[in-house]
Amino acid sequence: MEVNEQIAVDHGLTKEEFKKINELLKRKPNLTELAIFSAMWNEHCSYKSSRKHLKNLHTKGSQVIQGPGENAGVIDIGDDDAIVFKIESHNHPSFIEPYQGAATGVGGIMRDVFTMGARPIANLNSIHFGSTQNKKTKNLLRGVVKGIGGYGNCIGVPTIAGQTNFDESYNGNILVNAMTLGLVNKNKIFYSKAAGLNKPVIYVGSKTGRDGIHGASMASAIFDDKIEEKKPTVQVGDPFTEKLLLEACLELMKEDSIISIQDMGAAGLTSSSVEMASKGKLGIELDLSKVPCREENMTPYEIMLSESQERMLIILENGKENSAKAIFDKWNLDFAVIGKTTNSKNLELIFNKKKVAEIPIDFLAENAPIYDRKWKKIKLPQKINFKKDIFKSLKLENCLKKILSNPNICEKKWIWEQYDHTVMGDTIQKPGGDAGVVRVHGTNKAVAACIDSSAVYCFSHPLTGGKQVVCESWRNLISVGAKPMAITNCLNFGNPEKEKNMGEFVECVSGISEASKYLNFPVVSGNVSFYNETKDKGIKPTPSIGGVGLLENYKNMISMDLKKEKNTILVIGKTEGHIEQSVFARMILLEKKGPPPEINLFNEKNNGETVLRLMKEELIMACHDISVGGILTAIAKMCIKGNKGITIKPPKGLLNKFNYFFGEDQGRYLVEIDSSKLNNVEKILKENSVHYDILGIVEKNTLKLNEEFDIDIDVLRDCYKNWLKKYMVN
Amino acid sequence: MRSAVIIFPGSNCDRDMDVALTKYGFKNLMIWHNDATLPKCDLVVLPGGFSYGDYLRCGSIAGKSKIIKSVIDFANSGGLVLGICNGFQILTETGLLPGVLQRNKYLNFICRNIHVKINDKNNQYFKDIKKDVLEFHIAHNEGNYFCSEEELKIINNNNQIALTYCSSDGLEDNEYNPNGALKNIAGVFNKEKNVLGMMPHPERMIDKHLSGEDGSIFFENLMNNSK
Repeated sequence: MEVNEQIAVDHGLTKEEFKKINELLKRKPNLTELAIFSAMWNEHCSYKSSRKHLKNLHTKGSQVIQGPGENAGVIDIGDDDAIVFKIESHNHPSFIEPYQGAATGVGGIMRDVFTMGARPIANLNSIHFGSTQNKKTKNLLRGVVKGIGGYGNCIGVPTIAGQTNFDESYNGNILVNAMTLGLVNKNKIFYSKAAGLNKPVIYVGSKTGRDGIHGASMASAIFDDKIEEKKPTVQVGDPFTEKLLLEACLELMKEDSIISIQDMGAAGLTSSSVEMASKGKLGIELDLSKVPCREENMTPYEIMLSESQERMLIILENGKENSAKAIFDKWNLDFAVIGKTTNSKNLELIFNKKKVAEIPIDFLAENAPIYDRKWKKIKLPQKINFKKDIFKSLKLENCLKKILSNPNICEKKWIWEQYDHTVMGDTIQKPGGDAGVVRVHGTNKAVAACIDSSAVYCFSHPLTGGKQVVCESWRNLISVGAKPMAITNCLNFGNPEKEKNMGEFVECVSGISEASKYLNFPVVSGNVSFYNETKDKGIKPTPSIGGVGLLENYKNMISMDLKKEKNTILVIGKTEGHIEQSVFARMILLEKKGPPPEINLFNEKNNGETVLRLMKEELIMACHDISVGGILTAIAKMCIKGNKGITIKPPKGLLNKFNYFFGEDQGRYLVEIDSSKLNNVEKILKENSVHYDILGIVEKNTLKLNEEFDIDIDVLRDCYKNWLKKYMVN
Repeated sequence: MRSAVIIFPGSNCDRDMDVALTKYGFKNLMIWHNDATLPKCDLVVLPGGFSYGDYLRCGSIAGKSKIIKSVIDFANSGGLVLGICNGFQILTETGLLPGVLQRNKYLNFICRNIHVKINDKNNQYFKDIKKDVLEFHIAHNEGNYFCSEEELKIINNNNQIALTYCSSDGLEDNEYNPNGALKNIAGVFNKEKNVLGMMPHPERMIDKHLSGEDGSIFFENLMNNSK
């Protein structure tokens, strides 16, 4: 078939890009070559709209062993131990086919981690669905949860934390972001950079089939009415094979035979071979007739574009082929020498002894287009002047009950009980807390991880929203007693060709960068997902931040459940009563305008570090950060989890009680302390100029405030625990 | 006390079991499914996981693997054989244990703490355990135990029902049955009671920092009684 402009456009390339390809090659590409360009130049693989701005992310720190640009980021946690972690989106496939889309998302991110030599030790996910009224939501949620569980449970890696959100902006584009943490000896990390000439290129894992062809271009396109036709572009996962591949790769990695290794993810064999060669500034020659295929008569075009799962590409030291093959034979996996590294700096493809493609590697990687897209600055919305009489008919008690049963706040046990969260025998904080915590096997250390996003704030003011998500992640880690170490980000946005969406992206990234720099909480890995748009409607800007923290001694871990009667609860950080964009304003006052709460990075850092210091001195018995829903929601959760109550002291000052109890000011924590140690705690807080208020005293089992309310914790528990289960069963 | 944990392709609780056995004093060896013979040992454990992906039917392919013949011989000669979760499913596939494990009643994977009642202490697994109810942990998709009425009569008469799901104070109500298992059955013995299969994972309950500590009671007792 003769390649022309229309065929290029059908492959997702623009006319200008097709022109550029012709100019670079000084000839017309053949169909296979065109397909390779389209796979490498699409948004998903080339980051062509985002790259310019991602450069501004803060990525450095003494804890960072490997920042963005590898299969995953790596941080140093002491004693030669390192944590490898990354988050990745699988949004488009999950909307088309929720089970397989989500499952292969989990499989893909785990491969990114074990490719680097790390054994995966924890999975997390952030999933966003349309309105709970939308008729597709329930099935999508069910499918995604089953897919995540089906894959992670089978591999035997615990899913320790996550986040689930519902918002109508996801009606046509759900988000599935999966994150994995792995543990590796820091002297035994494997990278994807090829090195050396005439080294054998090895294909291992599953056979190549026709599934997932054009997956990466699908993930770089907006949806229309015909998305059902895209089903064949969704890959099918086989967690059993992945488990074998994991064990076989880790076994091979014990020997000194791997030069570089890369998983075949988006754009399969194409992107893995090009990336390895590009990083090593080498050429690569592949004989596609040697690729193990699942189906008959597969063409070079199909082999290069297939996104069949559970495959790896390895560049091996010469002479190690037989011993490596023995390992893959033992695990019953395919092993084939399919090519070699060359000094041509070209990607050369042979099929049935004929050369079927030859493209300089630079054209595919370095020379891929970069766009400086136009973007629009988004102004901070004006504050809302709430009239006093709108509060008159409201009761705190009723508002609290409504908020606790809000789909975005209620307990998500229906979801996380379907995930094996205890396999590997090191989970010491299960899902449902501020962060999941797993021990570093065989040591006293533990790693905490959480995942956050605040699309509502980001939509209102992306710059503030971007900062807020990073701070939220930082607070969640501190709340379990961990020192925040680094983050990974998954940037889910709409169509970058629209100035407003691009503006949201640019400003969120700049907010993330500013906060992570100030907090010494660098970004070490991540991924961008644009074009989350259906029929002209885009999602709210949703950067998901995956945070990782370290506990030097796992026995010092903190949880949020209240521990003992007569203890004192303090609010750390200042309460100003900001209610615009709070769940209270949006759900109860039905006011969706106004600015998100302001971020004060100095207070954020100071408050957080002081809380950590109090924890170090063993003065804190329970801790929970105050986020969506404000003080009253946060304390209610602590009461429910600890099966205790609290008598709240009425707030001093001029604040309206609704602003005080439901405001979402940032940088705050609730901490439980032994009342006899109050002086001690106050002294440290004052020394560090940290604002605090006494909220109340822990009681048996009611939540009390003067004449205002006296609610049995069981009543609150019902609100908190039952909503999701009822929704899913009915 | 020597033990052997068998690794099938897809096993994923093999390491957890090794950690638990070693912690309570067993000299443990890890055995590959493709080996023909077992090492000399007192206890063989088939760990949890998804052997062969649980494709075809849970445990069915593992039930035909090379090592299984030696496991059957070992069991028939009176050796202790313990199957946890997928290991339990494999043991029913080999015929060493009666019944089958079907898909959970509400078709969801379940991972949570549960309580089980010890129904029979006249065996090496539970002999000197003082408690009647233990808090264990389950994580499975196919734990819904089923057998024919005839078989049920037989296992009842022989006291082969080892564990039943119950409340924290021992009430064996339907409410405490997480997966729809017949008669709340969580674990069964063979007739001679040297082979035990159970859905719960005691190896995940060996430390107060984990989901609980009742697994320690189980392993300590097993160590003391299999000497």
